Amino acid sequence: MDAAVSTMRSYLDFEKPVAEIEAKIDELRVVADGDVNVALDEEISRLQARASKTLSDLYAALTPWQKTMVARHPNRPHFRDYCDALITDMTPLAGDRAFGEDEAIITGFGRFRGEPVCILGQEKGWNTETRLRHNFGMARPEGYRKAVRLMEMADRFGLPVISFVDTAGAYPGIGAEERGQAEAIARSTEEALGLGVANVALVVGEGGSGGAVAIAAANRVLMMEHAIYTVASPEASASILWRNAARAQDAATNMKITAQDLLKFGIIDGIVPEPTGGAHRDPAAAIRSAGAAVAAALQEFAGMTPQAIRKAREDKFLAIGRK
Amino acid sequence: MNWISDVVRPKIKTLFKREVPENLWIKCPDTGQMVFHKEVEANQFVIPGSDFHLRMSATARLKAMFDQETWEEITFPEVPLDPLKFRDEKKYVDRLRDAKAKTGAVDAVRVGAGAVEGAQMVVAVQDFDFMGGSLGMAAGEAVIAALETAVARHTPCVLFAASGGARMQEGMFSLMQMPRTTVAVRHMREAGLPYIVVLTNPTTGGVTASYAMLGDVHIAEPGALIGFAGPRVIEQTIREKLPPGFQRAEYLKDHGMVDMVVHRHELKATIARLCRLLMKQPARDDGDAIARADAPAEAVAG
Repeated sequence: MDAAVSTMRSYLDFEKPVAEIEAKIDELRVVADGDVNVALDEEISRLQARASKTLSDLYAALTPWQKTMVARHPNRPHFRDYCDALITDMTPLAGDRAFGEDEAIITGFGRFRGEPVCILGQEKGWNTETRLRHNFGMARPEGYRKAVRLMEMADRFGLPVISFVDTAGAYPGIGAEERGQAEAIARSTEEALGLGVANVALVVGEGGSGGAVAIAAANRVLMMEHAIYTVASPEASASILWRNAARAQDAATNMKITAQDLLKFGIIDGIVPEPTGGAHRDPAAAIRSAGAAVAAALQEFAGMTPQAIRKAREDKFLAIGRK
Repeated sequence: MNWISDVVRPKIKTLFKREVPENLWIKCPDTGQMVFHKEVEANQFVIPGSDFHLRMSATARLKAMFDQETWEEITFPEVPLDPLKFRDEKKYVDRLRDAKAKTGAVDAVRVGAGAVEGAQMVVAVQDFDFMGGSLGMAAGEAVIAALETAVARHTPCVLFAASGGARMQEGMFSLMQMPRTTVAVRHMREAGLPYIVVLTNPTTGGVTASYAMLGDVHIAEPGALIGFAGPRVIEQTIREKLPPGFQRAEYLKDHGMVDMVVHRHELKATIARLCRLLMKQPARDDGDAIARADAPAEAVAG
């Protein structure tokens, strides 16, 4: 993350109570101006305690819409941050060998805790330039076909696959349609389901629709505590259901998109706890707990035959929604 | 409200009411030509003259496919009703009840097994009249049941797709039908059995992005709208007018996404022929066809 971005504090609307307390702390610090002032120091630490209490209360009871805001927070760690911290020897591989290179999905091989793995990651970008380069994390058919190519390799070389999911959805454009966006997504899902190696998908921010499923048809699907996973983004859902995108809040509330709801439904397999106040307040801690959860998930499949891994994955998906 | 609306409107209403329920004439969406409904029905819901392919109910589709219009209805596991306790402008349970009453079906996909030109097949049909053919848990189970029945009976499976996409009212349960149905498609592939998809108007969203684009053969009906994102969404995203014919069957064929665009009257024969080829079964009018194919070879050998 850029230094300028990470030091700048930005608050979401619902974090106003915290913002007020922290502003007061800043004021007191200016007043103290480095002098030793016991009364002032006491006041500051009292306020700090209150701020962190307020923050943890707020985050313990986030509404689905608030979670949507957190999941899309500009300072929230992205694929790039997870990859930098968790993967060594990362060697990105580009191109679908048919049309082009799509940086909305980054693919490659690297080492996770020393062991070679295949990495698929959706990256939204972190400033204007990179957002454009990564097309805001909205992949085109080339991105999914590249993912298929990498998964085929992973299967052949017997390497587990780790996917980092973070997309509002696959890109809706003329070129994407012409080149078979739907088919590309379907093939990627099929490839993921047929892998004889274990795969783990972690929704780090936003899991948006088919564009997310394409790389999240995995043995274990995990979500960060404040991530969301949707059949269509709250805005798109609102425009379909109410013909009014402004009803996104209602859509978010009614459609059960939080990690907590989805775990209860048996749609996902686990939740990765985030530090108090969300992953963006302590990215390193969030990434550490993500790493531990992914490692534990992969460990479950160690020593299993390709057939058993495939069957376990298929059975898991077929069981969703069945009594 | 004024005296004109009080006096005049009721009369107009009764006038319309008399005409609509009987539904005797159908207007061609393409040419505006008025056609008698019996004539359209007898023509498999293709407008005579303009060849416009109207939407077809699941029942009409199954009748048109199976020999003697008879088939065995394949049932599928019951699914939890309204898992999200969802309501938008209307309760989801009410919408479901209305759709069931309107179509007489359990959900958006019906499955039949029977003979097509004498060969056994499983046919799944998505009915757009049932909540826009949307893919929810029940439709997902129906598609899975169709494919697994085909595997169990060692027959081809034909799927007629028609859908606006995911059943929004079921949220993530709906999205999960993409990987779930894909598991069943994979079983079909492993069994070495043909899976043929017929894309009808319209097929979009999560349906195209899963089982509808994973066929061994993709057949599209003329003029059918087929795509991932709907045209309205794309227009809003790129803020440009879309090219003519965009996302239509013929456009998809030009771009290599479907194998052929086939007139509805030719569908049954085309599908049956393809299945015979892929299943290594003899040609239909075997005697004559073999004689014709063999004739030149004999001449060369002689």
